[in-house]
Amino acid sequence: MTAMPKVETEVREGVDRETVETVEAMAGKYKHGWETEIEMDFAPKGLNEDIVRLISAKNEEPQWMLDWRLAAFARWKEMEEPDWAMLEYPKIDYQDIYYYASPKSMQDKPKSLDDVDPKLLATYKKLGIPLQEQMILAGVEGAGEVPAEGRKVAVDAVFDSVSLGTTFQAELMKAGVIFCSISEAIRTHPELVQKYIGSVVPQSDNFFATLNSAVFSDGSFVYIPPGTRCPMELSTYFRINAENTGQFERTLIVCDKGAYVSYLEGCTAPKRDTNQLHAAVVEIVIMEDAEVKYSTVQNWYPGDEDGVGGIYNFVTKRADCRGDRAKVMWTQVETGSAITWKYPSCILRGDDSQGEFYSIAIANNAQQADTGTKMIHLGKRTKSRIVSKGISAGRAQNTYRGLVSMHPKAKDSRNYTQCDSLLIGDKCGAHTVPYIEVKNNSSRVEHEATTSKVDDDQLFYCRSRGMDEEEAVALVVNGFCKEVLQSLPMEFAMEAQALVAISLEGSVG
Amino acid sequence: MAQLQAKQDALSARISGLDLCREGWTASLRADALTRLSAMGLPGKRDEYWRYTDPSSLTAVEAAPAAPFIAADEKMVFSGIDRLRIVFVDGVFDADVSDDLEMAGLEISRLADAADQHWARDVYGVLETQGQTPVQRPLAALNTAFATDGILIRATGQAKMPISLIYLHKSDTSDVILHHCIKVESGAELTILENGPAAARFNSVMEVDVADDGRFHHIRTQGRDHDRRAATHLFGRLGQESSFKSFTLTANGRMTRNEAVIEFTGDDAIAHVAGAAIGDGAFHHDDTVFVTHGAERCESSQVFKKVLKNGAVGVFQGKILVKSNAQKTDGYQISQALLLDGDSQFLAKPELEIYADDVQCSHGSTSGAIDEGALFYLRSRGVPEREAQSLLVLAFLAEALAEIEDEVLAEDVRIGMENWLARHGGA
Repeated sequence: MTAMPKVETEVREGVDRETVETVEAMAGKYKHGWETEIEMDFAPKGLNEDIVRLISAKNEEPQWMLDWRLAAFARWKEMEEPDWAMLEYPKIDYQDIYYYASPKSMQDKPKSLDDVDPKLLATYKKLGIPLQEQMILAGVEGAGEVPAEGRKVAVDAVFDSVSLGTTFQAELMKAGVIFCSISEAIRTHPELVQKYIGSVVPQSDNFFATLNSAVFSDGSFVYIPPGTRCPMELSTYFRINAENTGQFERTLIVCDKGAYVSYLEGCTAPKRDTNQLHAAVVEIVIMEDAEVKYSTVQNWYPGDEDGVGGIYNFVTKRADCRGDRAKVMWTQVETGSAITWKYPSCILRGDDSQGEFYSIAIANNAQQADTGTKMIHLGKRTKSRIVSKGISAGRAQNTYRGLVSMHPKAKDSRNYTQCDSLLIGDKCGAHTVPYIEVKNNSSRVEHEATTSKVDDDQLFYCRSRGMDEEEAVALVVNGFCKEVLQSLPMEFAMEAQALVAISLEGSVG
Repeated sequence: MAQLQAKQDALSARISGLDLCREGWTASLRADALTRLSAMGLPGKRDEYWRYTDPSSLTAVEAAPAAPFIAADEKMVFSGIDRLRIVFVDGVFDADVSDDLEMAGLEISRLADAADQHWARDVYGVLETQGQTPVQRPLAALNTAFATDGILIRATGQAKMPISLIYLHKSDTSDVILHHCIKVESGAELTILENGPAAARFNSVMEVDVADDGRFHHIRTQGRDHDRRAATHLFGRLGQESSFKSFTLTANGRMTRNEAVIEFTGDDAIAHVAGAAIGDGAFHHDDTVFVTHGAERCESSQVFKKVLKNGAVGVFQGKILVKSNAQKTDGYQISQALLLDGDSQFLAKPELEIYADDVQCSHGSTSGAIDEGALFYLRSRGVPEREAQSLLVLAFLAEALAEIEDEVLAEDVRIGMENWLARHGGA
């Protein structure tokens, strides 16, 4: 940990001092920047068909999976890297990356977590991720101080290209829930994987998703059977450890009719002065009356104060509300990565389905974030809500980019979008790029990106109860800010608060 | 690369029949514009800046024919106003039906016969060039290179009446490129009115350079002719404590793309750009606005309202760019659409790009049907449904109309709007 050089930041009036100090303090204090020294098994550097075959062979995949990967790889070779985001970074040399890195000790495929190399287990212990099946809160520093009665979190631990193991599998199995690494699912539940993989994010959806389709090495698979409320929260913890290695995980969650699951995702990487690529895909299928909560605290290594090193994070996340009354909620706290390119989306296909997106994105030093969501309303009476808070400091650039699309058949649908930005200092940037496409007249779409334009009805209500305008605005705006943090499951809310610990009230001064 | 080649090929085809004027003071400026244009090519459907509007009818080699629209029983807007009339018939200045180009405090000349040395040298294509970054506007560069006519107005004092540019349309196939330059000198004030159906295809550029303390007003009505296609660019450069106010009413017209590109170069200036669009049927209307705050304490506002029915499409692309030196900026942007039926569409991209921390910038965008509650209220008070709907439509458009400072002109535009609504079934 290096001492943070004192940077005098000019701050305008109305910005909470605590917010400024916390954001400043975050610079240069990346806690998870250490490295695990362990013997690794690498695939040769670079990308070609043989590498794709090799990854598939390492995972002992059936032929259809290999064919699928090869088809994606063929498409990827024809594609161009997108340049529309407000991100600047040197051209990525895709031949200068290892696409597969696995600890040597994992070659024999340990039967259970007990057989896994203790060094690896120690890595997760150091990160605060419990891989023992015990009643404990996951991922939270100081968790011991909190009474942990009856809270269980199942963890899938992914280390570079492989999953080390998954906890609580037996207990989940009793409820009919399948929770395992995707490589395991391809072997043990091929029919489910084959049916759903690529059905939300098609093989050649975009440049990075297509690359992922070709070379994804591991990730998590979740299936919640009809009518089942998943008995515990599920989580995946991604750790990049090896140098010059890309991580390409793929997560597939299927939530069948009337089921419910809350899924958490966390990630960290060592401090290095070279950039590392992370291109993940998350697909979520939600059937009738089912609900998925997906929460992320993204804390990849962001690079140092001068912008040296850090993870390039190009992620495609999409949820398909396939059945009527299906519901999805994305919550993200984005604090890490040198580059973030990420737009968790909702396809609201079923009638009365709902999508929600809550985001806090903090970019400091030389970080660049271009993130937001897409709400695609196809079904009748579908609802979506977007609450996005962006904070930029140092020389960072923070962009909200979002799409709200109301198709002609999405009658009587509703969207509400609110995005607020806060700049700390005059060397950073905060940008808003919303796309609004309304193709029917019975739907209402509202987009606001200001603090003074709070919903007039709510203001009127507060004022009619005797509040003065400032109080009323503060109350309504406060409600929105808190919503993002509060929508996180408790385990993550604590981590997020420890990470962010920011008074958001100050951001709307 | 292949895409750029296709755009350049489209350009070669488009300009093959056009003459590049090689004489007079504009010659080198036109040659520069052609160089800029050649590097860009013409806009294509896949361009992000043309995401919601297909430029092909604006870039096609031949203009699609459009029959002149005649509203026999109706006066043209502004006809009752004291003004100096400058008439273009199918894009050619017509001295016989225009007033004398003379007024105290103004220097007016015609682009087609301006002398070798001209003040407009510092304006012609200059603002357009600045407006090419960060977003390319090839149709404006095309205009600078190949404009055949236009008017050059320099205001040195307070103009005693508005200058009215009237665009008459007589030929089914007129394909017009007009370029106007306006210079409002320090402390001067000028109002420009624009109206008339213009041509089958109309490409116009107006560059407006407002010096310190200058005041510029611009009121435009366009459309009415159902098949005409138009691409207009309004470039504004604002000095210290100057003011720039523009309002456009668009009522039908097959395809319209209005771009306004405003840059603050002096502190404490004000720019308001507003528009009301009312469309019925095969109507595609695009307001694209780009405001750059490059100075301190400037105020900008964008107010756009669209009422759409029978498959009409309304587009709004607005951007506020605040540079890091533009502290104390106040930027406001609102775009709203009222969709009167299920076939119409509203497509919007309201953008903020902010590099200064002490600013207040906001944008809002809404879209929806007419408020049933309000409609019910009016009907419960005895107002017939059609009239009630008209009232609500007019009330919705009022915020944009309120941007016209001069009450007489505002009333004239409002009457024009009401007449249009009456012709189109109330609303």
